Amino acid sequence: MRTTSHRRALSLLLVAGLGLAAASCGSDDKPAAQSSGGADAKVTITVGCEPPKSNPKERAGWEEDVTAFQQLHPNITIESKDAFPCINPDTFQAKLAGGTQEDVFYVYYTDVQKIIKAKQAADITPYVGSVKALADVRPDVKGVFQDGDKSYGIPRNNYNMGLVYNRKLFTQAGLNPDAPPKTWAEVHEAAKKISALGAGYTGFGEYSAGNTGGWHFAASLYARGGSMVSDDGKSAAFNSPEGKAVLENLKQMRWDDNSMGTKQLLQWEDLMRMMGSGKLGMMIGAPDVVQSVNNDFQGKFDDYGVTAVPESEGKASLSGGDGYMFNPKATPEKIKAGLLWLEFHELTPGKGQFNYERAKAQGRPVGLPIPDLFGDSAPGKQIVALRKQFATVPVDHFTPYVTAQASITNKLEPPKAQELYAVLDVAMSAVLTRKDADIDKLLADASSKADKILAKNS
Amino acid sequence: MAVLTAKPPVRRSLPQGAARRAVGRNLTAYGFLCGALICFAFFSWYPMIREIILSFQSTNFVDPAKWVGFDNFRTVFADSAFRSAWLNTAAFSGLALVVGYAVPFVLAVVLNELRHAKAYLRFVVYLPVMLPPAVGVLLFKWFYDPGAGLFNQILHGFGIPPLSWLDSTSTALISLVIVSTWMNLGTGTLIYLAALQSIPGELYESAELDGAGLFRRVWHVTVPQTKLILLVMLLLQVVATMQVFIEPYLLTGGGPENATVTVAYLMYQYAFNFGDFGGGGALGLMLMVVLMVFSAIYLRVSRDNQT
Repeated sequence: MRTTSHRRALSLLLVAGLGLAAASCGSDDKPAAQSSGGADAKVTITVGCEPPKSNPKERAGWEEDVTAFQQLHPNITIESKDAFPCINPDTFQAKLAGGTQEDVFYVYYTDVQKIIKAKQAADITPYVGSVKALADVRPDVKGVFQDGDKSYGIPRNNYNMGLVYNRKLFTQAGLNPDAPPKTWAEVHEAAKKISALGAGYTGFGEYSAGNTGGWHFAASLYARGGSMVSDDGKSAAFNSPEGKAVLENLKQMRWDDNSMGTKQLLQWEDLMRMMGSGKLGMMIGAPDVVQSVNNDFQGKFDDYGVTAVPESEGKASLSGGDGYMFNPKATPEKIKAGLLWLEFHELTPGKGQFNYERAKAQGRPVGLPIPDLFGDSAPGKQIVALRKQFATVPVDHFTPYVTAQASITNKLEPPKAQELYAVLDVAMSAVLTRKDADIDKLLADASSKADKILAKNS
Repeated sequence: MAVLTAKPPVRRSLPQGAARRAVGRNLTAYGFLCGALICFAFFSWYPMIREIILSFQSTNFVDPAKWVGFDNFRTVFADSAFRSAWLNTAAFSGLALVVGYAVPFVLAVVLNELRHAKAYLRFVVYLPVMLPPAVGVLLFKWFYDPGAGLFNQILHGFGIPPLSWLDSTSTALISLVIVSTWMNLGTGTLIYLAALQSIPGELYESAELDGAGLFRRVWHVTVPQTKLILLVMLLLQVVATMQVFIEPYLLTGGGPENATVTVAYLMYQYAFNFGDFGGGGALGLMLMVVLMVFSAIYLRVSRDNQT
């Protein structure tokens, strides 16, 4: 009898518990408790992209900055949300739907315009004027987060594509690492020599799956002076001599030179791992590739260098970077508090992400030529000077990249970038896996599909 | 006579007190039933209903969703990857039936015939099921490497030229089938083995006395005796393989040239890469309808064999 009572109690408890759990699963669409206004009213904001516990040095720096900021603004409380990587675009929609999106959320350039068009970020135009540092930010970088005359976010990182190469392998192959390739013909020669080092060595690596192939097609296309879409953004423009040259170049290296290895359908992590293992000679990428390879893929800063994409001088380079946008349900107080934090942490020379003195003391890498948010403005020069003063990585390894920037225009990703990249993955994977791939047909097919994508809701 | 004099059974409702006592006696069972119902409602039925609604809506998860009729269906129909995805899914399921259905059955028959090391071999066969799917898939990524991969090394040992495996449109899909079969054959084998062990030994003895060899014993005794389980497994396998996602997602990203794009992978692309949950929902609904047909057949077969 006693056992039966216990069972009943247990079952009721179970039902009640499940009911409560289920009730707690429901999304809460209402904004979090908000202040009723006033400059000193208390406000709490959630901010994404706190460095994870697995990166204790950067995390310690972040926490120090949060404490310092909260002392400056006692009415603001920062609730940091950590994640690695900072954003998984795949979960973005789910977080928004589930009501767990941060008030100040991190985003890659690739997704910014899609988010703006879908009205999934708050319009911060009425408040952004308070961010004085924005006056010195490069107009093209600010433009990433704008749509017409409206602003939707603040940049954190900015770079453009170059050619990342393994200096150690260059030396082993009898090439001069201080004179990286400037033309595609030189890339071909270097790639052949690196591949000839033995089994497992790959001269030049390229993506062709998971939408990364299309992304790098765009990077190579821009560097040749081509465009992904027409000026009005309503039709595809990559079925052009420049587009054809991108694919023919890859086809030649893959099948005639045999300098791209046999394993294809590579995605982001594959090339990072290959570069980190010291068996890959060259790839298209920005200086942040070196950072990732050093931090997460067992590479060493000393072994890598970056130069401009061959033959891109006087032309363009695909921009990349990241920044922060605001939850569309964030209150004005939260947005204002978030802007104060972002100006402090992301846009102030010597503080937050630009606190190179602290980074050096912590043994973190300093000296990469990114982020390039301010160009040649006063804060930009100040950041470059600080970077040089506290450099811990060989700065001269990035000199060819930095020098070339003066004559290269940054170019943004196309509209509906992910859809177009998915379409172009087909062409990229075809030339890298099929010797008889018909480039004209591949580009014509891709262009026709891209036209349909661009026409939809445009 | 007894029939004539017997009183017809009278169905009487229980007095109120007795009904309350009956409910009281079964409270524990009702409690557990409620738990299961709540779990199903929140984790299965609600998402299904939500998905059906989504397929007719356009939403950004911020503003109220807009009803768009069949626009999402038109969008996915117009996508050239749509046709490839269905053809690839059908081909994957077909190949998975040929390879993934026969192999576990043959393995189960062999294991059932063994006299030694039975437990060890069963463990070995079941081991891949215990691996997290991502680990198993990534293991095969190395096996399939066209350069230093295990499979090409083996082929090289026999003087056979290397294959491109995942990198060729002609071998990519079958390569995924092999991975899927390897990862799932343990469960199928154990279920078949259980069915085989329930077959009375006398049947085999009789067959042997009649001079039946191994193949005739399998054909005339094993197959008829396991007919129900074979049929049920066939339908369950069709339902499972038509939802293939993790293999193309981790191994090929749908390539080369969309040769491994499946319906579930395309659905994922729409929803999470393109942010078009309506398109993803439309694909999901189409897949659900197809799978419901197979599920209905499965239920019919199960019911027919129970009666």
